[in-house]
Amino acid sequence: MSIEVEQPEKKINSILEKYEHDKGLLVSILQDIQEEYNYLSKEAIMQISQGLDIPLSQVYSVATFYKAFSLKPRGRHVINVCLGTACHVRGAVRILEAIERELNIKSGDTTDDLRFTLETVNCVGACALGPVVVIDGEYSGQMKIDKVKPLLEKYS
Amino acid sequence: MDRLRSPEELEAKRRSIAESRDPEKPCITICDGTGCHAFGSGKVASAFKEEVEKQALESKIDIKVTGCHGFCERGPLIVIKPANIFYQRVAIKDIPEIISKTITKGEVIDRLLYTDNTGNKIIHENEVPFYKKQQRLVFGNNGYIDPNNIDDYLFLGGYSALSKALTSMSSEEIISQVKSSGLRGRGGGGFLTGMKWEFSRNAQGDIKYIICNCDEGDPGAYMDRSLMEGNPHSVLEGMIIGAYAIGCHEAYIYVRNEYPLAVKNAGIAIRQAEEYGFLGKDILGSGFDLAIRINRGGGAFVCGESSALMASLEGRAGEPRAKYVHATEKGLWNKPTVLNNVETLANIPLIIKHGADWFSKIGTRNSTGTKIFSLVGKINNTGLVEVPMGITLREIIYDIGGGIPNGKKFKAVQTGGPSGGCIPESLIDLPVDFDELTKVGSMMGSGGMIIMDEDTCMVDIANYFLSFLEGESCGKCIPCREGIKRMREILTAITEGKGREGDIELLEHLATTLENSSLCALGSSAANPVLTTIRYFRDEYEAHIRDKRCPAGVCKELTTYFINDKKCPGCGLCIKPCPTYAITSDGKGKPVILDQKKCIKCGSCYDVCKLGAIIRN
Ligand SMILES: Cc1cc2nc3c(=O)[nH]c(=O)nc-3n(C[C@H](O)[C@H](O)[C@H](O)COP(=O)(O)O)c2cc1C
Ligand code: SF4
Ligand code: FES
Ligand code: FES
Repeated sequence: MSIEVEQPEKKINSILEKYEHDKGLLVSILQDIQEEYNYLSKEAIMQISQGLDIPLSQVYSVATFYKAFSLKPRGRHVINVCLGTACHVRGAVRILEAIERELNIKSGDTTDDLRFTLETVNCVGACALGPVVVIDGEYSGQMKIDKVKPLLEKYS
Repeated sequence: MDRLRSPEELEAKRRSIAESRDPEKPCITICDGTGCHAFGSGKVASAFKEEVEKQALESKIDIKVTGCHGFCERGPLIVIKPANIFYQRVAIKDIPEIISKTITKGEVIDRLLYTDNTGNKIIHENEVPFYKKQQRLVFGNNGYIDPNNIDDYLFLGGYSALSKALTSMSSEEIISQVKSSGLRGRGGGGFLTGMKWEFSRNAQGDIKYIICNCDEGDPGAYMDRSLMEGNPHSVLEGMIIGAYAIGCHEAYIYVRNEYPLAVKNAGIAIRQAEEYGFLGKDILGSGFDLAIRINRGGGAFVCGESSALMASLEGRAGEPRAKYVHATEKGLWNKPTVLNNVETLANIPLIIKHGADWFSKIGTRNSTGTKIFSLVGKINNTGLVEVPMGITLREIIYDIGGGIPNGKKFKAVQTGGPSGGCIPESLIDLPVDFDELTKVGSMMGSGGMIIMDEDTCMVDIANYFLSFLEGESCGKCIPCREGIKRMREILTAITEGKGREGDIELLEHLATTLENSSLCALGSSAANPVLTTIRYFRDEYEAHIRDKRCPAGVCKELTTYFINDKKCPGCGLCIKPCPTYAITSDGKGKPVILDQKKCIKCGSCYDVCKLGAIIRN
């Protein structure tokens, strides 16, 4: 038991050390921790506040301000539906709604079985293929509503 | 590699690179920018390398994987140099034939060529209509450069502007050149770059900063990332020259969180520039020192704004502050700071190299040089285009962009991102520069150019931008936080058929408040998409409000789907895609039946029917 609790603590300490406990690098520190655990746990946020000697409220304010951070665990696969302007005019909202119907969650949420987290993003640089859906970094372009189901089935 | 300690050593290095390269040796350049990558160019590139290895042709063919060439629509793209043969939509199965025919025998493969709209096959890259009217001063080198190989940049004359600046120009001369070139910031505001540098140079203090803004928050634009990913050294060179001119020794690149490849390529470029002695201590033996660091943003649009960006760099939430004092005097950590956009900086080496006179002759009087636009949306040739300022919208949309797909009618073009506006068809001959765009109520912004056709609803577009801004407002000041929300609520109500008489006037009233009293430009320009759509498409607003009708068939609550029995042959193609089983067959040969009670207006049937038998209005 105790090993499991200790490990993240150590890891976070080593991240803090990598950035020399520099308060100015709070965003980068949080990014590294987010990347490691795919969300920021309460314990992690408290440890950072102590480690950098800044108020908990300040860490919380930064962690909730930026879209890159999540305070809840995320799914095994992250779906990003592009809602950039180019994709929007090509009907991206309909694709998002189709995914929402299929997974029975809303944008921003994670399925109960932690299979998917559904998020939106603004322009992923592939406007020529719009509407675009990105799952775990893989692009699927020229999305149609009837392509949603087979696409999601590829991920378990 | 030993550091280069003088301009002479740099030139010697350049010569040795040139000597090691055979200009006649065929080189296959493969675009692996984001667009082409999504089309599978990464796999094509690996397969090319394998094939060349398999046939042991390394000594006969070079393979170069580059950043975005611009014509993303036709990806994966390859260009075979030195003949400049342009192949598009290249697949792995084409590779053996490209090598055996084009490379070995010089034969052109017809099916891989681009076909223009009159059916002509085009062989050479520069003859493709998409590229013909462009003037790709900043972006063109992307096609020649492996972004992870500094030698490619040096081979094209890279860092010669830096060497010239360090050895033969004083900082005053550099600033005066940049000033008289007329270069205006490409990040949105259009402020004169030379002036900004001068303010910062004259500001009190030993420590000064220069920051490159690669946050690119405009949700329909991707040119800054493509420059940073494809030709990072051109941006670095501009930054180093700027740093020298203002007397700065520490610089930052602030990159949007969603751009991992830009972070990676900029990082590699910085390391290579350090190794070669273009960064670090005593650059090219001049005694000038500079370090550049990369900072990843956290994913907030407002962080592209100058004071918010600096707050974010300091590790805080990215909230703007009032600008009684300019960043050029008190910016990052309260020190004089210059913030410049990626594209602005990439223009600097050109100005230093060719001179302010040369530069100021390109473009229009008050908007010199070129501008890169991301030409996207309902357009045939989606991609990044670099054009001289002053070119007309018509030339961009029709000559370069190839017009509107599927025979639809052009309706409007949106420029300037969420701070910009929609320009109607009646203004299609407008010359594109900073001032002309502002005159018609839009703006240059960072260069998004989104084309809309008759199927785009202008009220929906206004609603789209305001929803975006509502989510991105930092919430610090009330006019923006509350004003955008209220405007968005009114717009949403209109799109849902709940609009009331007087809504348009109320929107205009709120817009004025936002404009006059917001703390930063996010809020003060937020109403532009609404104001321009009211100005040019008032009838669409009125149709929504009075007739409860969405002429474009976009707003769900105001749209009904039904079957045109005369056109429907009962093929049944639309039955399966319907998620709610609202469509049923009445037997072969008879039109299908749509149950209005079950229809959720998702548009699946409309998308699949090629016979126009599904009507939406
Ligand atoms: C809300 C907001 C977002 C902005 N986003 C960007 C951006 O993503 N990239 C950028 O270069 N400038 C952006 N700007 C403009 C910058 O504040 C700044 O003017 C610019 O980076 C200065 O560089 P330039 O003079 O080279 O254009 C934004 C401004 C505002 C108000
Ligand atoms: S205008 Fe909006 S984004 Fe700018 S400071 Fe005010 S609330 Fe924040
Ligand atoms: S808007 Fe979706 S990829 Fe550009
Ligand atoms: S990504 Fe290949 S042309 Fe743009």
